[in-house]
Amino acid sequence: MKSETYMNPYLAGVLLGVLLIVTIYITGRGLGASGAIKSTTVATVQAVYPEHTDNTLFYKEYRQDHGETPLMNWLVFEVVGVLIGAFLSGLISDRLVFKLEQGPRSKTKIRIAGALAGGILWGVGSQLGRGCTSGAALSGMAVMSTGGILTMMAIFGGAYGFAYFFRRWWT
Amino acid sequence: MGPLVPDIVSTDLNFIVALIIGVFFGFILEQAGFSSSRKLVGLFYGYDFTVLRVFFTAGIVAMVGVMSLEYFGMIDMQLVYINPTFLWSALIGGLIMGLGFVVGGFCPGTSVCAAAIGKIDAMIFIGGSFLGVLFFAEGYPVLERLYKAEYLGNPRIFETLGTTQNIFAFLLVVVALVAFWFVSMIENKVNGIVRPAFRYSPYYVGLALVGLAVAVSAFLIPDRKTALLDSVRNETPVWSAPLKKMSVDELAFRLMDSDEKNLQVIDFRPRAEYDSLSLPKSTWFELNNLFEKEPNQVLSLRHKINVIVADDELTERRMALIAEKLGYRRLFILEGGFSEFQQQILDYRSPGKPVTRREVDLARFRSKAKSVLPVLIRENKSAGPVEKKQKRVVGGC
Repeated sequence: MKSETYMNPYLAGVLLGVLLIVTIYITGRGLGASGAIKSTTVATVQAVYPEHTDNTLFYKEYRQDHGETPLMNWLVFEVVGVLIGAFLSGLISDRLVFKLEQGPRSKTKIRIAGALAGGILWGVGSQLGRGCTSGAALSGMAVMSTGGILTMMAIFGGAYGFAYFFRRWWT
Repeated sequence: MGPLVPDIVSTDLNFIVALIIGVFFGFILEQAGFSSSRKLVGLFYGYDFTVLRVFFTAGIVAMVGVMSLEYFGMIDMQLVYINPTFLWSALIGGLIMGLGFVVGGFCPGTSVCAAAIGKIDAMIFIGGSFLGVLFFAEGYPVLERLYKAEYLGNPRIFETLGTTQNIFAFLLVVVALVAFWFVSMIENKVNGIVRPAFRYSPYYVGLALVGLAVAVSAFLIPDRKTALLDSVRNETPVWSAPLKKMSVDELAFRLMDSDEKNLQVIDFRPRAEYDSLSLPKSTWFELNNLFEKEPNQVLSLRHKINVIVADDELTERRMALIAEKLGYRRLFILEGGFSEFQQQILDYRSPGKPVTRREVDLARFRSKAKSVLPVLIRENKSAGPVEKKQKRVVGGC
């Protein structure tokens, strides 16, 4: 298979939609991603600096909601699956290669800084928004949650609003 | 009835399910091209709208699918995670994520996909998102007020907008279809392609037809409860509907019969009345329970026959008809309603000296029932409503 051929977007969308229906039918919850990042962060802090997690409000609330073992979490398992699935897909379509991807006019340093800053923003934003594009926007849309759909509009609306300032990075 | 967790799929097995679902999720995202930051961000600069096509298609398919599951009584939406609405943190968090999208080129799910196939920028992005959570955790005392402000519960969008589920879904599908066409025009313009965005080729016509079919089916799936209540509003067909009836005497007999193990009374009277007088072998129900998973299991017990009881027979008939349409079987209604039962059995008074053999037997039976049943009722610390142990799933991120 050629490395640049991707699946038809509508077909991919239908498959993703069906997967989401199956997920909700079996588990009663949608897909997600940022929750796994959160759980992994909590687990790391717990391992490195346990006194801190005992005394800090955020970790205490996390423990109340999700229990004592942050890695025994549905989303952590799901995201491990995502890693495997994406790797298999890359393998089949011959896309496995170490590469730093950037816009045609972007500098490598800028791209690295941007990726790091973008990650930080998502880390903070997904906590505030109680989910990311998967957990809040997509799954929220599937169950028609007002909060999820608001977050979705803010994500995409915000991205369009800010896009102008970063056009040199991408075009 | 779904969700299958935690009773049909155990909590431990659910982790394996999560892993398998994740594999499909990652595979589909990668195949769709979500492992490339340039492709993802193309959405915001007009050169590549793949993300919008995949995301919007997935969203409307899943939405209509979940609506259908609910309509066909296959899922209890009371147990499904509905993202809560905290107005300000939803909006501000969303804006921060939007900024992160154009700055970082990914969102968390897609960054994991991209990292899996070796994208170095994605690995850096993931590192950043760990830091972001850490910053949030440390800044939580300051952010907590914003995080918890304007909590509106778990409203559904059609409730917020004051419309109905099917109308909102229909409109959203139409918006999606128009958006697909519109962004194709932009995409062609930005990329200097002169072909029209919609052509009368089998591919485009097929897409449009499938899209319209989804829109129409969204419109045709009304809220199940409203539709069912509407279907029993008119009294005449409700009275003439063929329903299996149980006479007050038969019910009295079966309640007193200690060998009777198959009968259960489903009591739809108001809660206060039920609490002051509840029949043996009875469970208190209200209309909503018919749509819920755990009450559903009570009503679906294979060897039981369900006698539906309410104050009057009309209510019993309505509930029985709704239950029948929801697929419940072995339903009986109590002839004359509970008021008849009260009058003829519990408060039985002989209408005069019985003459025929039949009248003698009847009088004797009813007098006996009148003395035995109150004892059974008193001893019956009845079950009350179905205990709902399962809670709404904790989901989200």
